[in-house]
Amino acid sequence: MSFWNQAGEISRIDLMVERRVGDVFRIIIPFAIVSLLVFPLALGVDLTGISLIGPAVFWALGILFGMQVALRQAANDSVEKRDLYALLGVDPAARFVGRAMSGSVLMIGFLAALLAAMIILYSPGLPDGWVGPMIAASVLMAIGLTELGTLAGEVTAGLRNRNALASLIVAPLALPLVIGASQVLEALSSSAGILPWILLLAATDLALAVAGVGLARPLEEASR
Amino acid sequence: MKLSPVGQLIALDDIGVDRGGIPVLRGVNLNLDESRVVGVAGLNGSGKTTLLRLIATLLAPSSGAGRVLDKELGSPGVYDVRDKIGMISHTPAILPELTQRENLVHFSKLSGADTGQVEKLLQVVGLDEAADRRADASSFGMQRRVEVARLLMTNPMVLLLDEAFSGLDSEAQELIGALIGRTRSKGGVVVMVSHDATQLRGHADRVLNLRSGRLEEMS
Repeated sequence: MSFWNQAGEISRIDLMVERRVGDVFRIIIPFAIVSLLVFPLALGVDLTGISLIGPAVFWALGILFGMQVALRQAANDSVEKRDLYALLGVDPAARFVGRAMSGSVLMIGFLAALLAAMIILYSPGLPDGWVGPMIAASVLMAIGLTELGTLAGEVTAGLRNRNALASLIVAPLALPLVIGASQVLEALSSSAGILPWILLLAATDLALAVAGVGLARPLEEASR
Repeated sequence: MKLSPVGQLIALDDIGVDRGGIPVLRGVNLNLDESRVVGVAGLNGSGKTTLLRLIATLLAPSSGAGRVLDKELGSPGVYDVRDKIGMISHTPAILPELTQRENLVHFSKLSGADTGQVEKLLQVVGLDEAADRRADASSFGMQRRVEVARLLMTNPMVLLLDEAFSGLDSEAQELIGALIGRTRSKGGVVVMVSHDATQLRGHADRVLNLRSGRLEEMS
């Protein structure tokens, strides 16, 4: 079976499993939206202030809960499953790509739901023409964060403290993604160009994809 | 290190495997030609599962040398033969959120096998009426039957069975016996491990004992 067919099959099954289990849509998204409600209360912000902090809260919660979305596959991994895929002849790089594909779809859904909730709850004063750049920034951030989570899952596979370690790996390395995505709106508000920030996001996604595909085999072998 | 003759399906020469700095296998020698079935008995913790994972090319030797399907263990060449190796692990390796049928279709697509065989295989292993039951709602025996169907579909040349008969009814045990017979008749080799030597003698040409990481002839 070709590389892309294997990746597509891994991705298809992962989305089917999510539809049945509902980690993202039944657990992570509702909790993230509740956090949107709680955030202003914790900060003691008044109604005027709420509209100002909306986008920042969106990106902060996006990265926080997005890590849960990105690491959900690693949490469901097991030695038996990894051995099974190896003996079925699955290319570890195809597995990485497949997981990143399905994870990105879920992450985009998660960010879309969080963005819609933020706009409804915070009524932020978004600059003119924000829709296109915001979609581009969110999609690129979703892809990058998923790649990072998938890669962190591979790096920590087989380790006892896997879940804690994976989050600690993702958080600092996601910095270019958060900066790039949040600065897109800032740049629009100040009429500056958004291209540098979009390029930062795209370059980060590309670097993570190259690292994930290139390291998939050595990481899988090292995990046993 | 001198390797055993090329051509044998499994050739292990003075192999040692350390896990976390602790020697699990020591000085293991095992040579298997085609159509051979060998049983390895041993107590819990004697290294049986490690031996199977070594032969499955999933672990590299810490010392010594070996070949499986003419590929040197620990070399990148083993990636090319992994799809010719089939293993039933101690814990069933299936996706719990999928039905029995979906598991088999998934495995057939990933391995490049004919998806059209799935319905026939479900009948062969007696799962045709439970094909749409999710694996996590199925008994251990049913999950094992899915594994047997997977191995019938992928036709491995090296079949590795880790306590495969444990906890199964007689009908499911017969299915695994048939899987062993089929692998042997196609010229493949079977290595089965169990703590129960009597069970192994019923299927194997030769039964060895693994004691403290060393493989010995059964007395």
